[in-house]
Amino acid sequence: MLALIARDIRIALRTGSGFGLSLAFYLIFVLLLALGVGGDRAMLAQSAPAILWVGCLLAAMLSLDRIFQADMEDGSLDGLALAPMPLASVVIAKIAAHWLTTGLPLSILAPCLAVLLNMETAGFVWLFVGLIVGTMALSAIGTIGAAITLTVRRGGLLLSLLVMPLYVPTLIFGVVTVQAALEGGDPFNAFALLGAVTLFSLVIAPIFSAWSLRVSMQ
Amino acid sequence: MSQGMGENRETMSLQIEHYQSGRNSHAVHRPVSVSMARGQALIIHGPNGVGKTTFLRSVVGFMPKVAGAITVNGAQVENLQDVACYAGHLDCVKSQLTVRENLNFWARLFGAAEVEAALVALDLEPIEDQLVSACSAGQKRRTGLARMLLSWRDIWLLDEPTVSLDVQAVALLKDAIEAHLGGGGMAIISTHDTSFLQDHERLLLEKTRETKVVDDFLDAGSF
Repeated sequence: MLALIARDIRIALRTGSGFGLSLAFYLIFVLLLALGVGGDRAMLAQSAPAILWVGCLLAAMLSLDRIFQADMEDGSLDGLALAPMPLASVVIAKIAAHWLTTGLPLSILAPCLAVLLNMETAGFVWLFVGLIVGTMALSAIGTIGAAITLTVRRGGLLLSLLVMPLYVPTLIFGVVTVQAALEGGDPFNAFALLGAVTLFSLVIAPIFSAWSLRVSMQ
Repeated sequence: MSQGMGENRETMSLQIEHYQSGRNSHAVHRPVSVSMARGQALIIHGPNGVGKTTFLRSVVGFMPKVAGAITVNGAQVENLQDVACYAGHLDCVKSQLTVRENLNFWARLFGAAEVEAALVALDLEPIEDQLVSACSAGQKRRTGLARMLLSWRDIWLLDEPTVSLDVQAVALLKDAIEAHLGGGGMAIISTHDTSFLQDHERLLLEKTRETKVVDDFLDAGSF
């Protein structure tokens, strides 16, 4: 499993499209919204948690379609399916590799962009922690969509449509966590629910993705 | 050459009985029955579209089986997923990695200790540090086939392995397969090359007359 994670990260680093693209997308998305909102600093600060979370969600979605597709195209998926480990473990490795190459760098970039949006510093830690945990759910749920749309030609758009509704709970609890921290409330309640969504996705995703991969291979 | 599981291979056997693989629950080819012992290979011939690839992908569990049974070492199994290694039309290599990195990955995945023997066996040493994206089709194929040597699996399933290989590489592949068989392994190989591995058992795959599953199932019963 570690071998697979290491291979995927190495490929992402070599291709360059891995994190570079989603980080650049995130930066531009946030800048565009900041320009759109205009000079109203209070308004910008107020909507910062929502902007940062939605941006991260969209940026994380960019590279989802390649999770299994690349392995399908060169036959590696056949080889992985015969490896002496269950297909669900392959999916877990894929989730880990995707998170390390998108979720983690995006979470690190987010507080920097928060400064740009004039967000109060009280929310920084919770934004970062929330994103770290939340993006794991995004990667996990993403593999389900990627596995289902694997054999669909140009399935990228279909994938987004499938996956976006499933991202709603993560988005809501993530934003509420940051807002609670900004308003001086207790952010832990929302954060616990965010964590619950992540744990649930991490359990469901490998089973469900492995099953739909088997179907896709036929 | 890294040959594992030697102790199990003494009594190794494989029976495939009245086997039909399917696509959308329709049988693709007429029933196949073979019985193999250690060190034996089966060469599958047949015209394009007769179902050679479907058969190989079906016995390894990637495609559905319509009828028949598979027995390995006396025990009935659903498919050969745990004992076989499959090399199909696609080479199973990553173009962003070098030849050696690709093999290292598969070696780690399958628990093989080292890749040197496999590199030597298919003459990949001269290009071991070359990115696969810079390799020719034949070099890619050899890299993909070297995976077999790292898998430690008893049964090799090869789907037209000689495609895009030059004469020299075909000879190397033949030697690698013979070494695998010599170590007690087995191989099922589909090919159009009638001179490839001439001394081994051959099977001509035939198309079903009817596409109806039921008819062929009855045919198989009255075999």
